[in-house]
Amino acid sequence: MREARIQDDFEPTPPETGGEPLTTEQAIANLRGDDTGLRYYAAWWLGRFRVSEPAAIEALLAALEDESDRTEDGGYPLRRNAARALGKLGNQQAVSALIRCLENSDYYLREAAAQALEMLGDPSCIPALLRLLSGGVESAVQIPGKPHLAEPYDAVLEALGTLGATEAIELIQPFVEHPIKRVQYAAARAMYQLTKDDKYGNRLVEALQGKELQLRRSALMDLGAIGYLPAAEAIAETLAENSIKIISLKGILEHTLETSTTEPLKLSEDAIRVMTLMDSLL
Amino acid sequence: MLLKMTTNQIHKLIEAVDEAYSAEGMLLAVKALSATQDPAVIPTLIKVLGYNNPGAAVAAVDGLISMGEPAVGPILESVDGYNYGARSWAVRVLAGIGDPRGLELLIAAAESDFALSVRRAAARGLGNLRWEKLPTPARAEAQNRTLNTLLQVCQDPEWVVRYAGVVGLEGLANAVKSEQPVWFNALKTQLEKISLTDNVIAVRSRSLWTLAKW
Repeated sequence: MREARIQDDFEPTPPETGGEPLTTEQAIANLRGDDTGLRYYAAWWLGRFRVSEPAAIEALLAALEDESDRTEDGGYPLRRNAARALGKLGNQQAVSALIRCLENSDYYLREAAAQALEMLGDPSCIPALLRLLSGGVESAVQIPGKPHLAEPYDAVLEALGTLGATEAIELIQPFVEHPIKRVQYAAARAMYQLTKDDKYGNRLVEALQGKELQLRRSALMDLGAIGYLPAAEAIAETLAENSIKIISLKGILEHTLETSTTEPLKLSEDAIRVMTLMDSLL
Repeated sequence: MLLKMTTNQIHKLIEAVDEAYSAEGMLLAVKALSATQDPAVIPTLIKVLGYNNPGAAVAAVDGLISMGEPAVGPILESVDGYNYGARSWAVRVLAGIGDPRGLELLIAAAESDFALSVRRAAARGLGNLRWEKLPTPARAEAQNRTLNTLLQVCQDPEWVVRYAGVVGLEGLANAVKSEQPVWFNALKTQLEKISLTDNVIAVRSRSLWTLAKW
């Protein structure tokens, strides 16, 4: 199950209620109700508090078909929150509905669905994800008048990497040279996961020296997610908040420990090296 | 590196901080100040902690830590009037210097600061205290309070705070090993428990490492 993104889980403005904190029953009831604001918040809440009981899943799946909550330009805000929540709840029932969301006209819903499918880990979504890359880098351009590209490429590329879509290697490779850095990093991350070729890990290490903090943070999270051990020292020295560097190193530590599957854990030199770096950042 | 500077030279460097009008300019000015190692610059470095400039604050923290003891009193005096961000940097400075005069602040921060980055810095700092600076009667009591705080920290909901709690426990245990063998064994048992039961592998692994060192 993949690490939550740093930008996850920002609580939407709680709707005006009597001030009572939500319970599971209330959240599900709200989600089934008519009030758009309450429904939107409830969908977020169920994901945030990992409410995975069948009634919640059912209500969220129903919310994925909602037609009443629309933005001016045709987006589906409630569906987006429902998709995000379903990604966190680990219930494979949601997979086919989320795959259908990948064809929705709402870019942000496609993005949320790709991220959710990545978290759920079912490879049956791979063909649908690959379809979003068709047209290759040439089609991966900004939509006129919108702040986003034609497709949510970083989310799609990351998902393909996490899902082990080795059949996608040739399709993904060109995106490593996409004009937008964030897309390059997502492609490098996926290529490393799929090929284990150090040159992709090293690409991300170079990105740690980039001029923009937001991109350095992205690269840190990518390196932690793929567990690229050679990056450890460079991570510790990156110009960014210690909190993010620690999270990144934690990912590397976990990968290092997982490769030795003995119980109790055996501490390798590599694990000690990473923990030494983590200690220095506390 | 000790540069014995004239009062005038110090004053100019302090002005450079006040007059910096870019974030980068401030960072350079702060670094220059820290390099003097002159206690006269302490108030200015403390002031920098209160500006909204994380890069300069980090440099000021490093500078104050390298000044050591002379910075402790001024930091403690300045904490109450402070904005929250500055207080969290102050915790880092005290954690880095390890002077037991910072104990109260570190304990409070480790137990109840709402920011996990402050709790973890404080927890780490509690393992870094220079106990020999306290007279023996006060020492045991202070160590006992620290022990209790760190045990609590090892139950924090955030994994990184628990990780820092383990680091703190390691430091404390090493400090009391010969004087307080009963405590040492209790801490060892606690770490063994963490190494088996914490639900985050990084925390289990950090406990194991401590145990491996013993």
